[in-house]
Amino acid sequence: MQFSGGNRKRLRLGGDQRNASYPHSLQFYLEPPSENISLIEFESLAIDRVKLLKTVENLGVSHVKGTEQYQSKLEAEIRRLKFSFRENVENEYERRRRDHISHFILRLAYCQSEDLRRWFIQQEMDLLRFRFSILPKDKIQSFLKDSHLQFEAISDEEKNLRVHEIIASSPSSNVSKFELDVESVYKIPFADALDLFRGRKVYLEDGFAYVPLKDIVAIVLNEFRAKLSKALALTARSLPAVQSDERLQPLLNHLSHSYTGQDYSTQGNAGKISLDQIDSLSTKSFPPCMRQLHKALRENHHLRHGGRMQYGLFLKGIGLTLEQALQFWKQEFIRGKMDPDKFDKGYSYNIRHSFGKEGKRTDYTPFSCMKIILTNPPGQGDYHGCPFRHSDPELLKQKLQSYKISPEGISQILDLVKGTHYQVACQKYFEMTHNVDDCGFSLSHPNQFFFESQRILTGSKDIRKESIQPEVPQPRPSVQKTKDASSALASLNSSLEMDMEGLEDYFSE
Amino acid sequence: METFNPAELPELLNLYYRRLFPYAQYYRWLNYGGVTKNYFQHREFSFTLKDDIYIRYQSFNNQSDLEKEMQKMNPYKIDIGAVYSHRPNQHNTVKLGAFQAQEKELVFDIDMTDYDDVRRCCSSADICSKCWTLMTMAIHIIDRALKGKYWQCLKDFGFKHRLWVYSGRRGVHCWVCDESVRKLSSAVRSGIVEYLSLVKGGQDVKKKVHLSEKIHPFVRKSINIIKKYFEDYALVDQDILENKESWDKILPLVPENILSQDHFHKLQQNFHRYHNSLQRWEYLKKAISSQDNTKNDKCGPWLEWEIMLQYCFPRLDINVSKGINHLLKSPFSVHPKTGRISVPIDLQKVDQFDPFTVPTISSICRELDTISTNEGKEKNEAESDIKHRTRDYKKTSLAPYIKVFEQFLENLDKSRKGELLKKSGKTILF
Repeated sequence: MQFSGGNRKRLRLGGDQRNASYPHSLQFYLEPPSENISLIEFESLAIDRVKLLKTVENLGVSHVKGTEQYQSKLEAEIRRLKFSFRENVENEYERRRRDHISHFILRLAYCQSEDLRRWFIQQEMDLLRFRFSILPKDKIQSFLKDSHLQFEAISDEEKNLRVHEIIASSPSSNVSKFELDVESVYKIPFADALDLFRGRKVYLEDGFAYVPLKDIVAIVLNEFRAKLSKALALTARSLPAVQSDERLQPLLNHLSHSYTGQDYSTQGNAGKISLDQIDSLSTKSFPPCMRQLHKALRENHHLRHGGRMQYGLFLKGIGLTLEQALQFWKQEFIRGKMDPDKFDKGYSYNIRHSFGKEGKRTDYTPFSCMKIILTNPPGQGDYHGCPFRHSDPELLKQKLQSYKISPEGISQILDLVKGTHYQVACQKYFEMTHNVDDCGFSLSHPNQFFFESQRILTGSKDIRKESIQPEVPQPRPSVQKTKDASSALASLNSSLEMDMEGLEDYFSE
Repeated sequence: METFNPAELPELLNLYYRRLFPYAQYYRWLNYGGVTKNYFQHREFSFTLKDDIYIRYQSFNNQSDLEKEMQKMNPYKIDIGAVYSHRPNQHNTVKLGAFQAQEKELVFDIDMTDYDDVRRCCSSADICSKCWTLMTMAIHIIDRALKGKYWQCLKDFGFKHRLWVYSGRRGVHCWVCDESVRKLSSAVRSGIVEYLSLVKGGQDVKKKVHLSEKIHPFVRKSINIIKKYFEDYALVDQDILENKESWDKILPLVPENILSQDHFHKLQQNFHRYHNSLQRWEYLKKAISSQDNTKNDKCGPWLEWEIMLQYCFPRLDINVSKGINHLLKSPFSVHPKTGRISVPIDLQKVDQFDPFTVPTISSICRELDTISTNEGKEKNEAESDIKHRTRDYKKTSLAPYIKVFEQFLENLDKSRKGELLKKSGKTILF
């Protein structure tokens, strides 16, 4: 890709040639674009795609994917940003071109770290999933072929031998015997059908997955993820050359920071918390996930690995130093009759590791809400996770009652949980425990909860970390009285708007 | 069986590593036929020595190197890790980021502590014959799903080479050693564990198994296995409906929309009229299926199965299986607290396996002493150490377990030869 100064240069293709270069509304992004574009267009395409991917992320948290609401909102956003999404629409060339180029630009920005790659791949996958889901059936085969996916359809005999098992395994409730007779079933090595077999959504026999056409989307996504992951690794290697271009460096850096907001990894207030404050802080300023971990630690004098990671990193984020952390955990574990030497040998290494003092020396960042909600669900004997996501509603209710939340507040929270709006439910908890009508922020991180809580309780305005990142949540100019779930959601969306405006201001200097 | 005294470990281990540990077979396993260059040399081992000294990144040049080091260091515990890109004992000399874990067997760890919420006889590190059935069921269920083509029943993953090992105290491990499996990514390993998981949730979740309307073949086959054991295990040995305290744990698993409050009370009252868990279970089954619900409300067999699964279905630790660099206790390692040897389990005799008859290091050392004094001066002093050892373990209770291991190695060899023939066959044609 070449970048010209200020002038716009564009390849002009004739009608047929245009259609040939983008035969479908969606693609695997196998070939990088090869035209000249202006810097202005480069920047605006990048920003637009970041907006789109952020919308994909937020919709994914506040709605169940695939529902009407989710789909119509996502479609509206894609349309608004002038990207492609639907086949059989005339004059799609420009939209598809924007889609193509913007994807490759973002690869440059998001290839640089594990976290960035993971985020980028997740959102791109969700976007592809949506587009694939609205693809007409007759187009699926041609799309698969054009994307070079080698899927082998099995013979009718082989199908008949397994028809009951296949029907019993498929999540699509309307895969009937009739449809199986008519449609293809593909035989794929099980490792290529990861997203299907992990949830037991496909029939496995002898190391192969037997996938009916209807379920092929998961395989497609798996392929996409694998290819994109590899591509990002390659891109990272050639990045130094790109970054040496002064025009691009500030933009790319800014783009890659704009999604995460704060990660609460390095604190200006390390050492400002003392260990004897923790018990009272846990009831006043900790989000429920950490409150429950702290309580379990005090009661059992022990926490399993998942709990130690989630809670330990959180404590680091609120300002505990390594020395304090070692003392804190050791004191508690010794109360549980653990031998101090055993602690030193077994556990202190891990604590030092998480502070970046051992091994790879990565300074691990405290877990965000998304990470806690979506990965490593708690099992028997575990206390980590998100209580709104991982607890039985009945037990959650009891817990909230023990925290002295009003019955009205509890029922609002339970409604939000039912609608899978876990973070909004946590915001509601914040509002109830701090006696405010509107928490004033859009919760995405447990340490954010802590900061906001301390802000209110101590009246201090300088605890927030200095940052030039426009996504740092700003207090809204007019405080709305939000008393129910739908307005809470609306405020979530409007804060997104505000953050995006900040990003654009940066570029219009 | 001799009582095991941990204070004697240093002496016992000395004898064990000199006269009994099956180095030849062990090397034969981990060398995998020498097909891949340096496969054994790049394998990480970790040793736990006396006084809890733990050393990682041990690696060895060959069998005799391994022997010498083990005899010198006398490890209390041995763990096996991944095959790396470089020799682990030289990892500090490698450029940062270049030292990577590349391959490892797919492993599973099933630990009895994970069932504490559903076993009444023991808790934490304890086990007994009443709860050991959980491991028996787990092996049947997981192994059936992992199995390969050589057995006629339906098998999911097609893995041929599975070694099941008793951990030495409270659980079992499985090592899947197929060539393609050793190369699987972390994501696929996690996926396999997820596929094999049904019991979900920690302290805060009462009902841990939720079946969907459609029962996947894996689930159906697993239920069929559990049915064979349920009566004896759960209703007799564990006696899960013995008294109010125990049935109060099971009743919350019945969702509110299946039984109204009235029915619930009636149920609890009627429980008192029956004399044992068997009767109460029959009664409970009838009570929950006589409601007039459609399948969506999951009455009838679904609910019955969910309870059975929560009490009996295997619970795997995903963290053990997903990491390629995860270290797991080695077969034939000694458990420092119980003294038991981590022995392979004969898959033909899973139901008869009794962890309390597994030899301890003190018992086999004692057996060895007895043999030596009996045979006395008959030995030719010049005989090599290896031949000595080969005959030694054969005379102890370790012998049958090593035989199981050798059968496993035979199968690995056979497969390898088959693969080589196939490859060379192809080149002959062209």
